[in-house]
Amino acid sequence: MNVWDWNFAGQIIPALLNGLRITLVATVLGSLIAFVLGLVLAILGRGPRPVRIVVRAVVEFVRSTPLLVQVYFLFFVLPTFGVVLPALTVGVLALGLHYATYTSEVYRAGIDAVPRGQWEAATALSLPRSRVWTGVVLPQAVPRVLPALGNYVISMFKETPLLIGIGVLDIVGQVREVGGQSFRYVEAYTIAGLLFLLLSYPASLAVRRLERRRAVR
Amino acid sequence: MIEFDGVEKRFGDHVVLSELSFAVAPGEHVCLIGPSGSGKTTILRLLMTLEKVDAGTITVGGTSLSHMDKGGTLVPADDKHVREVRKRIGMVFQQFNLFPNMTVRGNLIEAPTRVLGLSKEEATARAQELLDLVGLGDRMDSHPTQLSGGQQQRVAIARALAMRPDVLLLDEVTSALDPELVAGVLTLLRDLGASTDITFLCVTHEMGFARDFSDRVMMFDGGRVIEDAAPEKLFTAPEHERTRAFLHAVVDR
Amino acid sequence: MDNLGTFLSVLSQGLPFTIIATVGGIALTIVLSFVAGLALLSSSRTVRIIARVYVEGLRGTSEVVQLFWIFFALPVLVGFQIVPIWAGILVLGLNHGAYGAEIVRGAVQSVPRAQIEGAIALNLTPAQRMRRVVLPQAVVEMLPPFNNLFIQLLKSTALLSFVSINEITRQAQQVLVPRFNPQAFEIFLLLLVMYLVMSLVITAVMRTLERVAAARVGRTPSARSRRQATGAGVA
Repeated sequence: MNVWDWNFAGQIIPALLNGLRITLVATVLGSLIAFVLGLVLAILGRGPRPVRIVVRAVVEFVRSTPLLVQVYFLFFVLPTFGVVLPALTVGVLALGLHYATYTSEVYRAGIDAVPRGQWEAATALSLPRSRVWTGVVLPQAVPRVLPALGNYVISMFKETPLLIGIGVLDIVGQVREVGGQSFRYVEAYTIAGLLFLLLSYPASLAVRRLERRRAVR
Repeated sequence: MIEFDGVEKRFGDHVVLSELSFAVAPGEHVCLIGPSGSGKTTILRLLMTLEKVDAGTITVGGTSLSHMDKGGTLVPADDKHVREVRKRIGMVFQQFNLFPNMTVRGNLIEAPTRVLGLSKEEATARAQELLDLVGLGDRMDSHPTQLSGGQQQRVAIARALAMRPDVLLLDEVTSALDPELVAGVLTLLRDLGASTDITFLCVTHEMGFARDFSDRVMMFDGGRVIEDAAPEKLFTAPEHERTRAFLHAVVDR
Repeated sequence: MDNLGTFLSVLSQGLPFTIIATVGGIALTIVLSFVAGLALLSSSRTVRIIARVYVEGLRGTSEVVQLFWIFFALPVLVGFQIVPIWAGILVLGLNHGAYGAEIVRGAVQSVPRAQIEGAIALNLTPAQRMRRVVLPQAVVEMLPPFNNLFIQLLKSTALLSFVSINEITRQAQQVLVPRFNPQAFEIFLLLLVMYLVMSLVITAVMRTLERVAAARVGRTPSARSRRQATGAGVA
């Protein structure tokens, strides 16, 4: 038995690409949740003291514990409260919640970087609170943090495969299927790895370029 | 002791030094003065091999810094050769450059033990002697950050002296100090100049110090020596208009 | 909550694997971070390229894929199976070492040029400059990001449950949940708290090291490094 079989490699590619599609769907939806929820956490984190303490504690707790365990938590605990969701949905929720704690820190840093004078000027104009956020602070803070958010999207993409723990047939799930049927693992896992590299490396180069462009400005 | 012959140094398109030639005799004290950006510091950095020359040669004690003799032909110097020449040269920096990860003792014995191969005891004895000399005999176990700028610079001078250099390069050693700390460091340097036969090459903006410390003063502008004379002459009757204008500007500050 | 004792004891049986994987992974991470980080700064182009390929290759692929590759593909290529826990440590170390290499490179580059010039003026050799002057100062800068990296590594040990290593996540998911399904909430909450405690231990150890290292270079830990250390950011 050859170590590498090109024929076999060719045969499994459609299945792997199918899995990649699921991986990408999970990443995109998870990112959307992380972007929105992270912003909510960041703004709440500047709220009254009790709110701030609770938000801080939740963020620290989620960041310090494994995503996989959080995935299991949602997958096994939600049904005990009568909420039964498809595995992919649970996975997307877990990814989004976990990464929201990272993006909230990113937003927080971006908001902190908006000069005090901007807040004061907005207050002097007696703009309503919501308009200060949407019209003054966020338009300055968000563009600054785009590269950092981009990095987290890439990280999430690479962490998505752990959803196989709850049976999501993403790219690694597909590899396990085809590998299990044929007992050929070298081709399947190598191609899976290369597919990740093929997407995430150019993406991280793009983020680095974005970072440098912002640094120059 | 030091000889520059047709030295040229560029940073990109910017020519810092062009066709520079001069010599410093053993034991001589030479001060370099001139406006900022005139290339004075670059001369010291070239001597300390922190920068490489683009053309020309520099020799120290008759040995080239950039080339070595290999079976009768000159080849670019290897690291070993450079380190051998460098042993004769010490340097004191504007910002002291003490190592923050070591105590005063560590800063003083590091190179003597590791480069000269002294035992820890010998190096410590030498360090104590030098600290006494610079008036900081009781600060052996202090941390550099616990010292004032003037004290740090005195430790840096002691650190350079611990290597027993033939040549000492002083790069604006008082420029980073608070005004009230300058005098102490300059007095120390005057004493050193009087009590040792070290060759001194200093870049300074302290005209009073340049005047009474040096045997010769070189006025620099635009990468060239425009006047080279004894201090008595250069400070009282400068020949060049530019020297006169420069002295006027710095003295009348 | 009457089964709490059972939960604790079953989870605790997995604790040795989690701890061994974490400690072993951290040890390998430190070694690889320094080797690859310094190689990234090497004057030899070849060495730099090899280090770059390692760093980008490991950072660009998924850790789960790396784990399965080492468990299922590597044995086919080399002809023998590595003891699972060692293979686990290998993956954790290889993956996090690639991130650590960038930490080491960045910290070494952050040491002011003037320090190196000071060392040249004292005629120290390049190796002495690195070992005696640059690295001791760089290490201070490395500690806060390494704290985050080590917490990431601790969290990654949960992935070892995929390859039949009986660490705490596998104990919960394979042993406890099937038997006490209605109490999944308690089981996983307990599991999460165990991870939280371990990550607090890592942070406590790293903070102590930070204080010691900062004192050695005559500094108090800066506000910046303190803020960096508060969370486990993805590198």
